[in-house]
Amino acid sequence: MLERCRVFIHRLAALFRRRHLEEDLEAELRSHLEMAVELNLRRGMTGEEARREAVRNFGGVEQIKEIYRDQRGLPVIETVLQDLRFGLRMLRRSPGFSSLAILCLTLGIGANAAVFSWIEGILYRPYPAVVHQEQLLAVAGTARGESGPTEISWPDLIDLERGCTLCDAFIVSKIMGTTLSVGDRAERAVGSIVSANYFDSIGVHPILGRGFEPGEDSGRNAHPVTVISYQLWQGRFKGDPQIIGKTQRLGGLPHTIIGVAPEGFYGTFVGWAMQFWVPASMEELFEAGGYKLEDRGARWIEAYVRLKPGVTRRQAQEQISDVAKRLEADYPATNRGRGMKLWPLWQTPFNNAGTLLPTLEIMLAVVAFVLLIACANVGNLLLVRSFARRREMTVRIAIGGGRSRLLQQLLTESLILATLGAAGGLLVAHWCRHALMLLFPARGGVAMHLPGEIDWRVLALSAGVCLVTTLLLGLVPAIETRKLDLAGALKLDSVGVVGSGGTARVSSGLVLVQVSLSFVLLVGAGLLLQSLQKIRTGSPGFSTHGVLFTAIDLASAGYGTERARNFQDALIDRVRALPGVTSAAFARSTPLGYGSFSSTPIAVDGYQPPPEESPTVEYNEVGPDYFVTMGIPLVSGREFTRADDEKSALVAVVNETMAARYWRGRNPIGQRVQVKGRWVQVVGVAKDSKYESIREAPKPFFYVPRRQNFSIGAGLYIRTPLGEETMTSALTREVHALDPDLALYEVITLQDQVDRSTSPQLVAVTLVGVLSGLAVLLAAIGLYGVMSYAVSQSRRELGLRMALGACPCDLLRLVMRHGMTLMAGGVALGAGAALGLTRLLGYLLYHVSPRDPMAFGSAFVVMTLVSATASLLPAWRASRTDPVGALRG
Amino acid sequence: MISSRSEVLQGTLDLLVLKTLDSMGPMHGFGIALRIQQVSEDLLQLNQGTLYPALLRLEQRHWIASKWGISENNRKAKYYSLTRAGRKQLQEEAESWERMSAMINRVLRTT
Repeated sequence: MLERCRVFIHRLAALFRRRHLEEDLEAELRSHLEMAVELNLRRGMTGEEARREAVRNFGGVEQIKEIYRDQRGLPVIETVLQDLRFGLRMLRRSPGFSSLAILCLTLGIGANAAVFSWIEGILYRPYPAVVHQEQLLAVAGTARGESGPTEISWPDLIDLERGCTLCDAFIVSKIMGTTLSVGDRAERAVGSIVSANYFDSIGVHPILGRGFEPGEDSGRNAHPVTVISYQLWQGRFKGDPQIIGKTQRLGGLPHTIIGVAPEGFYGTFVGWAMQFWVPASMEELFEAGGYKLEDRGARWIEAYVRLKPGVTRRQAQEQISDVAKRLEADYPATNRGRGMKLWPLWQTPFNNAGTLLPTLEIMLAVVAFVLLIACANVGNLLLVRSFARRREMTVRIAIGGGRSRLLQQLLTESLILATLGAAGGLLVAHWCRHALMLLFPARGGVAMHLPGEIDWRVLALSAGVCLVTTLLLGLVPAIETRKLDLAGALKLDSVGVVGSGGTARVSSGLVLVQVSLSFVLLVGAGLLLQSLQKIRTGSPGFSTHGVLFTAIDLASAGYGTERARNFQDALIDRVRALPGVTSAAFARSTPLGYGSFSSTPIAVDGYQPPPEESPTVEYNEVGPDYFVTMGIPLVSGREFTRADDEKSALVAVVNETMAARYWRGRNPIGQRVQVKGRWVQVVGVAKDSKYESIREAPKPFFYVPRRQNFSIGAGLYIRTPLGEETMTSALTREVHALDPDLALYEVITLQDQVDRSTSPQLVAVTLVGVLSGLAVLLAAIGLYGVMSYAVSQSRRELGLRMALGACPCDLLRLVMRHGMTLMAGGVALGAGAALGLTRLLGYLLYHVSPRDPMAFGSAFVVMTLVSATASLLPAWRASRTDPVGALRG
Repeated sequence: MISSRSEVLQGTLDLLVLKTLDSMGPMHGFGIALRIQQVSEDLLQLNQGTLYPALLRLEQRHWIASKWGISENNRKAKYYSLTRAGRKQLQEEAESWERMSAMINRVLRTT
């Protein structure tokens, strides 16, 4: 074995010293022969005799050299090197062809590598710096009768952690937004409420200070400490080395900064870069709905679980389900019909992984299409060139080059192309790493984080793509060599009818493929565009125009409940008095914002829930005039007024779906519903609107007056025809008149809010749109190439027709007809494929049929225009054929 | 490469080369060829050129080493010498050769 290794190394080394070794060999053999001649002379032979005898004794010098060389180096590798050199020379010889081919492949492979890197970086290993992400799973609750996942309550989580021996740790990480006041401007900051084991369990160690200690996640507001992100430390605190121990007001209370997270750690929420972390004990400051650590009915936690090594998701799921069943039996009041479910990270239901997954899946299919189209294009170019190289190939075969040797040469050439394309593609992917983020609209001061990652997996996949490409590309000219025959070598005449003959058939086939694939992409882009339009123009159930939204940060300015209430009352009066303002109202939560609504188990007079159901409904705490400001119509009853305060009877407004589900046709007005253990009276019914997502189905929802359920944090809604900027300055003036230290959030329209919440659709549309544009361009180049080639190959026929009296317009029509026939065939194929494939867009389509005739129609129009343009130039050239020249030459 | 009158197996040629270098000390290719012919009393007719791929093979296995030097006639020539590994190899092969030929002899005698 060792010996074989030694020989191999020896031979390998010889590859790099070929010239030297060759001289050595030459010298050695020469010296041998000279010595032999000398000896023979001494033995008395004549000069000529001596030489002949020496050579005869030696054997064939060249043959010996050949054997020696084979023994010396590695013949396989040497052939490959030879092919590579030759291939590179061929590429250099036709730079136009080479750069076009490499460009096509760069785009094709680059698009693939970029999507791979997004999938790798966003879905599979989404959290930079977190160790062993393959052992992490997301855990969410389930509720009978509800399709979506739910959050988890703190007591349930503690019990899960105790009961699951297969899991190393349950890691709580609940995203929340709060305010970071900088000067007189308030900025949104995104943070996480985490369990005390957070930093230890994910293996991230603060570069300054410490992480949380056991016990810091218990006790109501007992541990006002925070770990801040590296970016926040560098940006807000200017990298202050003495930062540990300083305080920062967060959620209304000064928090002691105990640690700085390492650079490159962004937390554990796909899509967002966390700026700080607080222990769960401080939850009440950042979450709606009061103190929840001892409330089994309050579900608010998003969590991950780290499995013990070797444990599968199935095993862990079984154990978790057992615990959930036990909890159901022990606490029927809160846990009836409740379960727990584990999800792989890439399907995490509570962050952007869920919304990006279908988009990225579709992107994967789309880039595969683009790659195929690019391959077809390059294949076509190679085909045309292989025709031009026919003579060379024939000569090679004639002098004894085997067909397999020829095939190896062709594959080497396409490998060179594909490798160059792949290298370019990886560059493209590298530039596009952060491109996804650009497509999401900016959100006032809050950092998005959607990194692509180019690691060995992406490299391996790209290499795979490159190999497949090579085979596909090498195949095309290889088919051609099969048809080579020596006798035909000299019959290289351009006789042919437009679009006939073997080569033309293959390349027409390739164009058909291109046209049909591009057509599918165009249809897809059309469908997505229509859905986006429907989403953006569809009514969310509240006015999107003429309503502005902002907020004032009272908590971090240290306002207590009483002072906040007075301030908000005073501000509402001032805002209402502003010229141009129709109405204004405060509300706890924003529709279609990220922050979640409060939710509560309810009981309704006269409604007996089925035995396994514990009705839970979300609600919003809104001020007087909320409905009129938001433009949500009331079906019956009244809206809240200033009279609905702490001292008056508790009231609520329900939406239509809630009225229908729990009162079943009876008029709910005047009826009672139990909210958080208190009975409140329904005074109005509002039309349904969208609450969390524009795509959600109608769901039960209700409103209660802020006064009767007060919390400091609130958004301010203003109905006015004025623009954001005018309003910002007016508002700032009014706010500062009341308290010059207060900070105002960015003022946006509700339309902005809707747009921000529909960005995944925008991303999908943009990406599919860009890529189908690319595909159509490639297909057009392909069609143009084939048509030009067909015209150049049938000059004789065209000349003959001309000589026989065809007018230029006949020839133009002939060529155009050929181009259009190809296009029509491709579109027919593509339409068939699209009918089957567009269903896969499912999730991204909104109120648009996957067979929408508009989308198909416009794709057809685009394809026709592009094809006509691509065939026009060759057709025009055909019509200019000079009959005399064509027939003579 | 190898004359058909007396087929010399590759391994045998290796053995002969090693043995020659062992008894004669460093030699050039031509010298080795002459010596083999001489010792075998011209029974072993081989194309001298065949020697060179064999020498390369032995060198790749580190059994012999080569160095350019000056011949007795003041000519530049490549000299081959046995290495320690080569000596060991020679010993092993000689032994196995002897065992083999003794066995064949026994077989021939008994029948």
